Amino acid sequence: MEFLRFATAGSVDDGKSTLIGRLLYDTKSIFQDQLESVEATSQQMGNEYTNLALLTDGLRAEREQGITIDVAYRYFATPKRKFIIADTPGHIQYTRNMVTGASTADLVLVLVDARHGVVEQSRRHAFLASLLRIPHLVVCVNKMDLIDYDEKAFQAVKEEFRNFAMKLDIPDLSFIPISALHGDNVVERSAKMPWYEGSSLLHHLEEVHIASDRNHIDARFPVQYVIRPQNEEHHDYRGYAGTIAGGVFKPGDEVVVLPSGFTSTVASIDSYDGPISEAFGPMSVTMRLTSDVDISRGDMICRPNNQPSVGRDLQAMVCWMSESIELVPRMKLALKHTTRSSRVLTSEIQYRIDVNTLHRDEKPESLKLNEIGRVSLRSTQPLFFDEYRRNRNTGSFILMDEATNVTVAAGIIVGSG
Amino acid sequence: MSITTYELNHLDLLEAEAIHIFREVASEFERPGLMFSGGKDSIVMLHLASKAFWPAGLPFPVLHVDTGHNFPEVIEYRDQLIKELGARLVVASVQKSIDEGRVAEEKGPRASRNRLQITTLLDSIEENKFDALFGGARRDEEKARAKERFYSFRDEFGQWDPKNQRPELWNLYNGRIRQGEHIRVFPISNWTELDVWQYIEREAIEIPSVYFAHEREVFQREGMLLADSDFVTRSDGEELVKRKIRYRTVGDMSCTGAVESEAENLKQIIEEISSTRITERGATRADDRVSEAAMEDRKKEGYF
Repeated sequence: MEFLRFATAGSVDDGKSTLIGRLLYDTKSIFQDQLESVEATSQQMGNEYTNLALLTDGLRAEREQGITIDVAYRYFATPKRKFIIADTPGHIQYTRNMVTGASTADLVLVLVDARHGVVEQSRRHAFLASLLRIPHLVVCVNKMDLIDYDEKAFQAVKEEFRNFAMKLDIPDLSFIPISALHGDNVVERSAKMPWYEGSSLLHHLEEVHIASDRNHIDARFPVQYVIRPQNEEHHDYRGYAGTIAGGVFKPGDEVVVLPSGFTSTVASIDSYDGPISEAFGPMSVTMRLTSDVDISRGDMICRPNNQPSVGRDLQAMVCWMSESIELVPRMKLALKHTTRSSRVLTSEIQYRIDVNTLHRDEKPESLKLNEIGRVSLRSTQPLFFDEYRRNRNTGSFILMDEATNVTVAAGIIVGSG
Repeated sequence: MSITTYELNHLDLLEAEAIHIFREVASEFERPGLMFSGGKDSIVMLHLASKAFWPAGLPFPVLHVDTGHNFPEVIEYRDQLIKELGARLVVASVQKSIDEGRVAEEKGPRASRNRLQITTLLDSIEENKFDALFGGARRDEEKARAKERFYSFRDEFGQWDPKNQRPELWNLYNGRIRQGEHIRVFPISNWTELDVWQYIEREAIEIPSVYFAHEREVFQREGMLLADSDFVTRSDGEELVKRKIRYRTVGDMSCTGAVESEAENLKQIIEEISSTRITERGATRADDRVSEAAMEDRKKEGYF
């Protein structure tokens, strides 16, 4: 069975929790004891109805304050697909949470209240989805029941959203009119909106084509771990273990190893279950080469005629995630990119982007929590990278503060130099 | 798996994700360890770890926090498996912590060593200088665990701070820690109970016999079926009856409940799990029933 990972984005009152509750409930993914526990807690808190938000808000502070603190992961399955939902809350920590939840997503689901149309937050969702190159964006126009399932209102929201999205790069954009509360167009097509000819949300999630979203062209294998058994049976075994970050590798392929530039040939691709004839992302495999070359963690195996950029200077869009520290020019940070760790020095911040208007503030003094900007970085070690738009695995990095060790930024490579 | 279309099925994807994490930790940490309880999740973890480093052996020891209240079948299974893998086993004993006065045994009919394990575990981390510990926790198990990271940072007291977790992006994990701190690593975070069983079936992994339906003397307590053993004190009215049961989770005998079942093989277990309407922890774990946030509270103190 195939997997679909999607992130949900929304603000407090747009019915996101109700929608997730509805998807879980209607696909029979909520268990009886979970439902009973939620019902009991709802009653205890004096709620008139069963508060499905309690299904995802599991922490004590969340229940006490009625807020969602952090990204929560939920799981459900239909006979066609298995789903992982990264449920990202929509308050102050919004950008940081959505970037985290969406970084591994195939699809982003954005909720818009049919009564309010496209609001500031809807624009922010769309921008972040396009920044993170999520190939599929589904806009659920919710609360159709409150506007008498009016087609004109739905079309108006659709047009407004489209106009904004035109400025962005979103390969696949869909709109579905729903009522999460009553279940219209969530699992089944709704009889109340005969004018809508598309599929229900669940049907869309089951059918959306994701197999071709991965890069199977540019062969990239960041070496993660060197396997040397040093036992009698496998005395001379030397295998390079890692996760395929792009393209396809086969035994017999001519390869080049970065940074050394040595060329060799793939002798075999091994796994516990036997040899593999073709390895592609995101398989975790072990590769052996025909010649003895010095290779260690952080090196990159690729094809001689298709190599990533190699360099110490990066141009990146950076989403800043620290509350206590700000990003300023000439800052030293730890970087992790593929399996390579390095230190970087930030040079200037070229601009900060206003995620609501897409306006660029040139040369800001700093980037604060949840702010996104274009930054130049210089690494102490050479990095082997592609543009993020070409390959999410070799085009992304994280930055960590060397004093506190916390992750302070997500980075998206837009170019070199 | 279909090679020509370059697609992986869900078990292949989950396996690849877990193997990536095992290798990442083995590369970046000095002294990792794998927590093993004898339960199905930790058995799957050991299997995945074997795959990750094949043809080499495990580059880290296996840690069993032994409450002393084990199913005998599980201990037998553990010793056999460790021998087959040629792995190194470290046993951290709760009994020893009690004997040394580090913790006091709970009293009364509901006494359990569940909470005492925390001290034993944290002492063992200090003693063995573990800087990363693999655990088989899954996000679908429990609502506090739904918010857990793959790399879960623990401070020098072993505490989890859910409000202050490191953001986790793509498959780039931040393993930076200071002396005395450690990371709990959960490679099967994204697996559901059903995935675990399907994987056990696919990989033909042997599991302890208590997971299959068998006849056993049990008694009812708060809607759960508990096995009779030296580790529980029955109150009046908790009569022993013989039932056909199996275990959905395997933990401490004093607080792990059985479910009535006819499932005698993996295929039947998978059918049973597919149609069940109760979560595994809800059905079988007295330790989670203490309060709405029982798991969260224990995790903050340093629980698995």
